[in-house]
Amino acid sequence: MYGFLIAVGVLLLMSIIWMVYRIQTLVSVVKGSDKKIASGSNKINALMFVLFLVGATILMFWYSIKEFDNYQLPIASEHGEVTDRLFWITMAVTGVVFLITHVLLFWFPYKYQYDEKRKAAFYPDNNKLEVIWTIVPAIALTVLVIGGWKAWSDITAPAPENSHVVEILGYQFAWEVRYPGMDNTLGEHDYRLTSATNVSGVDFTDKNSLDDFTSPVVVIPKGEPVLFKIRARDVLHSVFAPHMRLKMDAVPGMPTRFWFTATKTTDEMRRETGNDEFVYEIACTEICGRGHNAMRKEIRVVEPEEFRKWMADQKPYIVNNPALVSDLPEELKELAEITISEYK
Amino acid sequence: MATASVASHSDAAHDHHDHEHHDNFITKYIFSTDHKMIGKQFLVTGIFWAIIGGLLSLIFRLQLGFPDMDLEWLRPILGGWITPDGKLDPEFYLALVTMHGTIMVFFVLTAGLSGTFSNFLIPLQIGARDMASGFMNMLSYWFFFVSGVIMFISLFIETGPAGGGWVVYPPLSALEQAIPGSGLGMTLWLVSMTFFIASSLLGGINYITTVINLRTKGMSFSRLPLTIWAFFLTAVIGLLSFPVLFSAALLLVFDRSFGTSFYLADIYIGGEALPNTGGSPVLYQHLFWFLGHPEVYIVLLPALGITSEVIATNSRKPIFGYKAMIISMLGITILSFVVWAHHMFVSGMNPFLGSIFMFLTLIIAIPSAVKVFNYLTTLWRGNLIFTPGMLFSIGLVSFFISGGLTGIFLGNSAIDIQLHDTYFVVAHFHLVMGSASFFGLMAGVYHWFPKMFGRMMDARLGYIHFWATFIGVYLVFFPMHYIGIAGFPRRYYSWTGFEFSNMYTDLNMFVSVAAILTFGAQLIFLFNFFYSMYRGRVASLNPWRSTTLEWTTPLHPQHGNWPGEIPAVYRWPYDYSKPGAAEDFIPQTVPLSATPESNLPHEQELVKLEKEIIAEEEAVLVANESSKS
Repeated sequence: MYGFLIAVGVLLLMSIIWMVYRIQTLVSVVKGSDKKIASGSNKINALMFVLFLVGATILMFWYSIKEFDNYQLPIASEHGEVTDRLFWITMAVTGVVFLITHVLLFWFPYKYQYDEKRKAAFYPDNNKLEVIWTIVPAIALTVLVIGGWKAWSDITAPAPENSHVVEILGYQFAWEVRYPGMDNTLGEHDYRLTSATNVSGVDFTDKNSLDDFTSPVVVIPKGEPVLFKIRARDVLHSVFAPHMRLKMDAVPGMPTRFWFTATKTTDEMRRETGNDEFVYEIACTEICGRGHNAMRKEIRVVEPEEFRKWMADQKPYIVNNPALVSDLPEELKELAEITISEYK
Repeated sequence: MATASVASHSDAAHDHHDHEHHDNFITKYIFSTDHKMIGKQFLVTGIFWAIIGGLLSLIFRLQLGFPDMDLEWLRPILGGWITPDGKLDPEFYLALVTMHGTIMVFFVLTAGLSGTFSNFLIPLQIGARDMASGFMNMLSYWFFFVSGVIMFISLFIETGPAGGGWVVYPPLSALEQAIPGSGLGMTLWLVSMTFFIASSLLGGINYITTVINLRTKGMSFSRLPLTIWAFFLTAVIGLLSFPVLFSAALLLVFDRSFGTSFYLADIYIGGEALPNTGGSPVLYQHLFWFLGHPEVYIVLLPALGITSEVIATNSRKPIFGYKAMIISMLGITILSFVVWAHHMFVSGMNPFLGSIFMFLTLIIAIPSAVKVFNYLTTLWRGNLIFTPGMLFSIGLVSFFISGGLTGIFLGNSAIDIQLHDTYFVVAHFHLVMGSASFFGLMAGVYHWFPKMFGRMMDARLGYIHFWATFIGVYLVFFPMHYIGIAGFPRRYYSWTGFEFSNMYTDLNMFVSVAAILTFGAQLIFLFNFFYSMYRGRVASLNPWRSTTLEWTTPLHPQHGNWPGEIPAVYRWPYDYSKPGAAEDFIPQTVPLSATPESNLPHEQELVKLEKEIIAEEEAVLVANESSKS
């Protein structure tokens, strides 16, 4: 019944609009305004541009200022400070250009709207002007690029020797975290070894993998470099830690990496934001299928001492699941059993 | 010699017209070889696809803006894609996003824009009877049509259309186990794109050949309207880049169906380890973006060309810096091929490449900036008439600025780390590529409608359509910058799973409402378009008082465009408001010798030359006439 009423209402509304449209067409024909080069609407359109300019500018500034704390995520990494500074410098430069060009673009239509008594200026070119507005943007862009290039080179430079290594493996639809253990060296992996109990496909015939362990949360120390070694085992994923200003694709068959230094512990950030629930997160930003929006992993940043203590408390894969090493060759098995007994 | 050949050419055309073959319905409206009809076919098909693409986006905007809404009422259309509890299926959501992108980029903004106006305008504006090959041109449309039919069918199959994003990155697009859309849906996507690429190449070869070979007498490259320059360069870009997409797609077909490992390596999925090793998903990305980035300019350049023409005409002023405009378009054309990897800063490729591509990318901003300044200077001290075409052109310049400036953020690899694949990118390309090109399309339709159908579109409805769309587009895409800076990732079915993105539900709702209203405003256009086609006011021959050649044709030009000889061209296309001239425009067909009062000093020099040529030509004509009788 409601559907029917709505349909009737829509039909009525459309027929009214239709009649208004026909009437105004006929009126304009009678008045002969359709013969004029520029009708009265010209003035209205010209005015609309100015109104739009004023209205949109107010709206933009109001919302940008009001919402600043919402969209500007707190920064928690060293390079994040740099890239954010670049972001806001670029925002300032482009913002000025944005405003100036738009003021001109919307003010000219008002100022130079059609007037049959006036003739437009015949002004086909001016080489000096052209050269100026080729060179000025070129210089501005060069400055911006050089800033970006320096930052980019630093960020993508090889990780410091003392970095804490964490392997992050993306798969449909979760992240698996692997720590190298006390030797700070990840064991080899082979995708063919993947199974329900060996999510990362760790190769336990490699001695380095015996102390490798996993963790439901990425725990990292504050103020010390951390190297994410990133892998994927099925389709593309992308590790995105928004507060760390960190993003790197996870590619099957091609390990990638991203190193950074966290600057604030989770607890510090909780105090700073006044949000007791605050957590650092990892999300996936490369479309990967049904659960693309559900690949969440938490990062916990702690003080270095706490991190060391936490590391020492962790139990390797093989301790939690000795079956993983049950069919190793004899001498390795012995080594594995020693490791297991050490942790018991 | 040259004049003789031109004269005999037009003679031959005369003969052709003497025994004009009569078109029946099929040869006139369906398998037409007339470039004007083919242009209209592209336009109407493009409009059809724009509606489909727009509706798809409304469905996923409903999900994003109103995640709790009961979508049971969509079940009659979407069937099993609505889950039992009345929600949109997440996999179908991804398919919607994918199809929206594919349809809009290729079918609407490539075929609908370039296909329509390159076909319609190139022969009319350069003074040719038709395209170099009418038959190839017809094939170009029908390949596009077949491509569209296949893509349309893929929307209805049980496993759904391709769902790996419009970029269809493998391994997701290669493995059926990863997402059901990568089964039959992806196969159809690849087949459809193959037809589409063939269509683009057939069209592009034709455009290039026609512009080079079939210009009328006097129409030198330095007298071409900027529209033609834009279409010409667009075709060059397409010709060079589409084959690369084809090879990317072909290798993907091999990986999908024949067990090769171009893009696949070390994959464990669905409980089994696949045998593929040694491939590289990043290789696909390089190949894809080698087309994908030029593609941006394939959709944008024609829109900029149209805007140049419409703004100059309605400012009653020559376009400022005609040469600079051409040079910047040439610059964009060349640079568009060497910036592709800025889409891949965080794809895992060598960071050194990232630095190179950052430099190259920011260079391409310079010609773009020059174009904007030239548009502004064209408006300055003009005598502006706000036809709907003019309004849409000004709107385009605004989007081009807004979206172009955010490109400076994204082209900077250090800043891109955070912004890559967030809504900031979505806002950026929807403004600079989507909306700007769409506005170019609209400007073109409003401006050349009288030439297409011999009738005028209603201007008032055009104004309403413009303001609703212009404001609407900003309301939809401007807020996306905020949620992008906040880090909201693209192609997310829902953001509530994360602390950092568990906000802005109000803003997303606002965007969705704005999107629905903006889409609704397009109904005004649809009505205006189809109604005016049959019932619009009959147009005058040159309604915008424009200088270019197409307005010298009859109201309803037949196949062949000009009933008599093709007019010769004596001047550039932008003689608006020339000092000394009686009218505020001088058509390209008026000889300089006929306008001594307005000639500039260097043009006065040319008058003598021009007189000689005219005399020579008349002698040839007289000789031909006497030899005939």
